[in-house]
Amino acid sequence: MSALALKLRNVRKNFGSSSIINGLNLDVIKGERQAIIGPNGAGKSTLFNLISGFYQVSGGTIEMNGHNITNLATFRINRSGLSRSFQVTNIFPQMTVFENIRCGLLWSMGYKYSFWHLCNQVRHLNEKAEEILERIRMTQRRDLPAGLLAYAEQRALEIGITIAGDAEVILLDEPTAGMSMSETERAVELIRDVTENKTLLVVEHDMSVVFDLADRISVLVYGEIIATDLPEKIRQNQEVQEAYLGKETL
Amino acid sequence: MKYLIRHLGIWAVAIALCAILPVIFSSDYAISLLSQMGIAIIFSLSYNMILGQGGMLSFGHAVYFGIGGFLAMHGINLIAGGTLPIPLELAPLIGGLGGLIVGILFGWLSTERSGTTFALISLGIGELIAASALLLPGFFGGEEGVSTDRMVENTITPFDFGQQIEVYYLIACWMLLCIVLMYLQTKTPLGRVANAVRDNPERAAFIGYNTRMVRTIQFALASFFSGIAGGLFAINYEIITAEMIGAIPSANVLMMTYIGGIGHFFGPIIGAVLVTFMQLTLSGFTHAWQLYFGLLFVSMILWAPTGLAGIIMNHEPAWKAGLMKKLIPSYTRATLAALVMFLGIMTLIEINYHLSLSIHPKDPMSLFGISFKAQSPAGWIIAIALIAVGFFFFKRGKNEVKNSWMDVHQAIKTGGK
Repeated sequence: MSALALKLRNVRKNFGSSSIINGLNLDVIKGERQAIIGPNGAGKSTLFNLISGFYQVSGGTIEMNGHNITNLATFRINRSGLSRSFQVTNIFPQMTVFENIRCGLLWSMGYKYSFWHLCNQVRHLNEKAEEILERIRMTQRRDLPAGLLAYAEQRALEIGITIAGDAEVILLDEPTAGMSMSETERAVELIRDVTENKTLLVVEHDMSVVFDLADRISVLVYGEIIATDLPEKIRQNQEVQEAYLGKETL
Repeated sequence: MKYLIRHLGIWAVAIALCAILPVIFSSDYAISLLSQMGIAIIFSLSYNMILGQGGMLSFGHAVYFGIGGFLAMHGINLIAGGTLPIPLELAPLIGGLGGLIVGILFGWLSTERSGTTFALISLGIGELIAASALLLPGFFGGEEGVSTDRMVENTITPFDFGQQIEVYYLIACWMLLCIVLMYLQTKTPLGRVANAVRDNPERAAFIGYNTRMVRTIQFALASFFSGIAGGLFAINYEIITAEMIGAIPSANVLMMTYIGGIGHFFGPIIGAVLVTFMQLTLSGFTHAWQLYFGLLFVSMILWAPTGLAGIIMNHEPAWKAGLMKKLIPSYTRATLAALVMFLGIMTLIEINYHLSLSIHPKDPMSLFGISFKAQSPAGWIIAIALIAVGFFFFKRGKNEVKNSWMDVHQAIKTGGK
């Protein structure tokens, strides 16, 4: 088997007495684009929050590239090469689009807590930020406060921030939620482009996006992964159809 | 450096202003007022590093000012005694370093979270240090505080600091230096990320930042500048008491900063100048000055939460489009009405102050040179009439202002096309 970017073993999460994730196992292969699907309340967002350290697990282990990252602080997980977007758009609304991206670069480019560099004077930092703006096609919006962007643009910006730190493993939580058809198409194209040669784990409700984007699909039902397979196999899987997809969707 | 050169114009004006002001306003009173303003500017800008930039509402920023002040005071005494071989001009740096060290310690303790938790911890630390002041008379000097004589042998300038004007120039130099440094700090990675942590700590953690570390460093740097302000205070007054680390100066710096405006770098400068001026002049006119000051603060919070700097910056588009003249008539009318209303309120306040606080409340009181008895109904009637009339015209004026703004917006829009 190829090397694993993420390896979850027997991961559990309880909130009080209610158990959301029940002994979940998940493998994400390095370089693949894997999608997680599942009905509402299956625990998809919780799973993301566990992997990214946003929540503490109640049990089990999470490894990234062979290193145990279980219950590390979010910023440590990020520094070890994992980045994520959020279900609710999560940007720095008062900063300009350009500043949002540049902030996303600071740590990974080694500026850390510096108060002896002037951001505007660091040429390669600004060039890199421009380059990412170009990639997410937002150069036109460069100097606009991010909070004023249209919704789809904010999502694109968030993807820009997410990839800015050059993380190897990228988690996207419903990146196309609330978008129109054409916006969705553009978003998928963008995601495909920016996750080239990276590992992507994506939660998504839009089945056309999932089948378009994913190399493999995992199905999460009641806090457990009931199947992980190639898209066409998932489409044919009886158990999956009963649990989630329903005949008319496909 | 390139940056400094590009903005040389503004800095040159600032330097010239600092140099010229004491020549124009050359009375002892004016120079000591200017000196205080300089200290207040550093103090409130440093406060805005945590409030405006870092989103941390502190109720204990005077701790770092005060500790810096006490340390500098002891430092000056050591310089005078010859034990500390540094010139007096650098004494504020002792205060700054003291503020920095204490700031790192308390910063780390209090910045796990911002918001309410941070605010309450800062309040607690403020009380804690204020209380311990009386327990450590060796350092804080008990109730009478610590004093010094700033006229020491060891100086690098030809000044002996016997005159206030010499102290003023020292303060002005430190102030300009601190303003430049604090301004540049907003442009550094830390300064930018402090904004990021303020706006969205979740996201900031996912671009790799330990939000607590960001807050702590930001806090410690603010404490450094606050300590420098404290050190200048020590030189300026040659005495400091434990009151200077307490709740009152902490609240004072908060109000200065807020009134000036926390959203723009220069806001706290305006706030510091205005509030220092008010405190020194109003207190000479009326016993109720703190009440007026409170009124101003509450009105700002309610109706102009972006502060004076925010109000000024709101006019930038109109100014650029040359449309200020459309606004001025309605502004004038609304302001006049507001003044009439305020005159009424003021009369009521002064009457009541006279009735309850004056030694001989039956004696006639005097307001704007008009002498009258506080007990007579005439004063009350006039005051209430003024409020009513002022309020009526103010409401009309407010609508006029709104309409003229709509005109301006319209004009800018169509002008843009």
